[in-house]
Amino acid sequence: MNHMPKPALEIRNLQTEFRIGGSWYPAVRNLSLSLQQNETLAVVGESGSGKSVTALSILRLLPSAGARIGSGEVLFEGRNLATLSEREMSDIRGNSIAMIFQEPMTSLNPTMTVGQQIAEAIIIHRGGRQSEAMAEALRLLKEVKIGSPESRLHDYPHQFSGGMRQRVMIAMALACRPKILLADEPTTALDVTIQAQVLLQLDELKQAYGMSVLFITHNLGVVAQIADRVAVMYAGEIVELASVEALFANPMHPYTAALLRAMPRADRASDSLEPIPGGVPAVTAIPSGCAYAPRCSFRQRSCDELRPDLLASGDPGHLVRCSQRLAGGMRG
Amino acid sequence: MTISAGGGYLEVRNLSKCFRTGGGRFGSGRNTVRAVNDVSFTIPKGTSLGLVGESGCGKSTVARALLRLIEPDSGSVMFDGTDVRAAKGSALRALRRRMQIVFQDPYSSLNPRRTIRQALEEPLRVHLRISSRQIRDKAEAAIAEVGLPKEALDRYPHEFSGGQRQRIGIARALVLDPELVIADEPVSALDVSVQAQILRLLEGLRERRGLSFLFVSHDLGVVRHFCDRLCVMYLGRIVEEGATADVLDRPLHPYSKLLRDSSPVPDPSVRRAMTRIVGEVPSPTSPPPGCAFHPRCGRAESLCSNEPPQLGPLKADHSCACHSPEYAR
Repeated sequence: MNHMPKPALEIRNLQTEFRIGGSWYPAVRNLSLSLQQNETLAVVGESGSGKSVTALSILRLLPSAGARIGSGEVLFEGRNLATLSEREMSDIRGNSIAMIFQEPMTSLNPTMTVGQQIAEAIIIHRGGRQSEAMAEALRLLKEVKIGSPESRLHDYPHQFSGGMRQRVMIAMALACRPKILLADEPTTALDVTIQAQVLLQLDELKQAYGMSVLFITHNLGVVAQIADRVAVMYAGEIVELASVEALFANPMHPYTAALLRAMPRADRASDSLEPIPGGVPAVTAIPSGCAYAPRCSFRQRSCDELRPDLLASGDPGHLVRCSQRLAGGMRG
Repeated sequence: MTISAGGGYLEVRNLSKCFRTGGGRFGSGRNTVRAVNDVSFTIPKGTSLGLVGESGCGKSTVARALLRLIEPDSGSVMFDGTDVRAAKGSALRALRRRMQIVFQDPYSSLNPRRTIRQALEEPLRVHLRISSRQIRDKAEAAIAEVGLPKEALDRYPHEFSGGQRQRIGIARALVLDPELVIADEPVSALDVSVQAQILRLLEGLRERRGLSFLFVSHDLGVVRHFCDRLCVMYLGRIVEEGATADVLDRPLHPYSKLLRDSSPVPDPSVRRAMTRIVGEVPSPTSPPPGCAFHPRCGRAESLCSNEPPQLGPLKADHSCACHSPEYAR
């Protein structure tokens, strides 16, 4: 590989499984991914692609009944998160790795003021006095640009709008100066003008705090706006990994190309919208060869038999999981 | 056979709807929300009008008020010359047969304990006096038209994926051969690849059946693809109306421009130097005086905080409610 600096987080051959009807089925299949220092890596995919499960596996937030990490490693600061004790894990969660979710109202405690909630996180991980923690909470509310923060500190979550709640979540995530922020569809529930504000702010905070961001989304438009690199997921595995420029200029996996052709654009007339036939396979019924083959217009017989590997294409940073593409048997 | 001749012209004039909130035992004072404020538009037969805006702008209330699922306070709704608001009894039932709605989440609008066949046949029994045989034929034709196999009729809603359920929701709207379909965020809950399938289906129906559409959405990409004309709403009012490409490529109202510039496009080379967007949509219980958008507007003048602008034509076939419009020549 290249002489890359040490990644902030490295996932090796992660397999996360769910128990359905007595047997275990993988929702994330043999996934390897490195998050570099100070980069925004977008993980994009449709529902059921395993993108959220990947993030939840990193922090081990999946329910212990019915879900398990079957194999693989999650390396962070020289430790494998997959094998840490629950106690060691709670030291990391919300501290050096923080997470924000799609719907902030379900992640905020409705019976505590936002100031108390932010301060609680600080006291748990860093100790110190309540008054110091509240002062820090106030600074964080200012940092995420909440108007009149002195009085808002004592407001409850229901008194905030959706965009403001998401800012409170971001303030809380920043409270312990995390090295890594896992953002799971953080702007999906927001209106577009508010989404634009939050995306801009996340980008500024990433610079200011020197964080690495794993940004999970289904929206290719959002990916184009914020990502440095992109991993496209389908049926539990990465099918394409590239810099954001390379991915949009030269999508190599048939699924990525098809997704781009299926997305109507606001900035230009799109006469030809090409739907992808069929749907994402259920975790209980993943095809044995290439998982995308049943929907693929370049399908060959060999696609159904052999599961392709994620391999470098001509461009070394551009990986693709498609044997047709890598054999050069597909043009256009 | 299924083509209904003639109808499908909708004319809406000065539609308004207020909601009263608060005033309960624990609530704060009573408030009035002007959810829809003096809204007018027409949908010529066989065309589609997009209604866009952010949450709380009143677009879904308009959609429901047209069908009188919510009773409007004032204004007129004329469908092919018939006054929808004055219609009663059998006349209203006849109108509702011709104006159907498709919701965002078909799962919550389908009864989980009834089969798809029961869901599709019920409106036929209510509205038409035809034999059981004909009812069965119509249900089977509708399910085939939306691209599902006949066997789907004897299953329950939970057995289908989101995209399939939306197909069922569309079939439910189609069985009565409507002339106008009101689609309230019909593809917003769907993944991109499935969203394109449903848009294709709706396009095909529009062409084959000559349907008129009111298409409510927050996604400018989707409306650009589907709609001939576009109305942009902000805090209960229409602030801009015109041909879809004109509104999106040369917006006149600063809010339309903001909305367009905030909509992410899948192209990193046009990564927009995201303009500083100030503020959020104000509370509809206390909209700002003058132009409701002026506190967020970079072009606001003193006039804007006093005098509400009227919606009027600024160019041929392109109207805007703004004292200081963009590109105004």
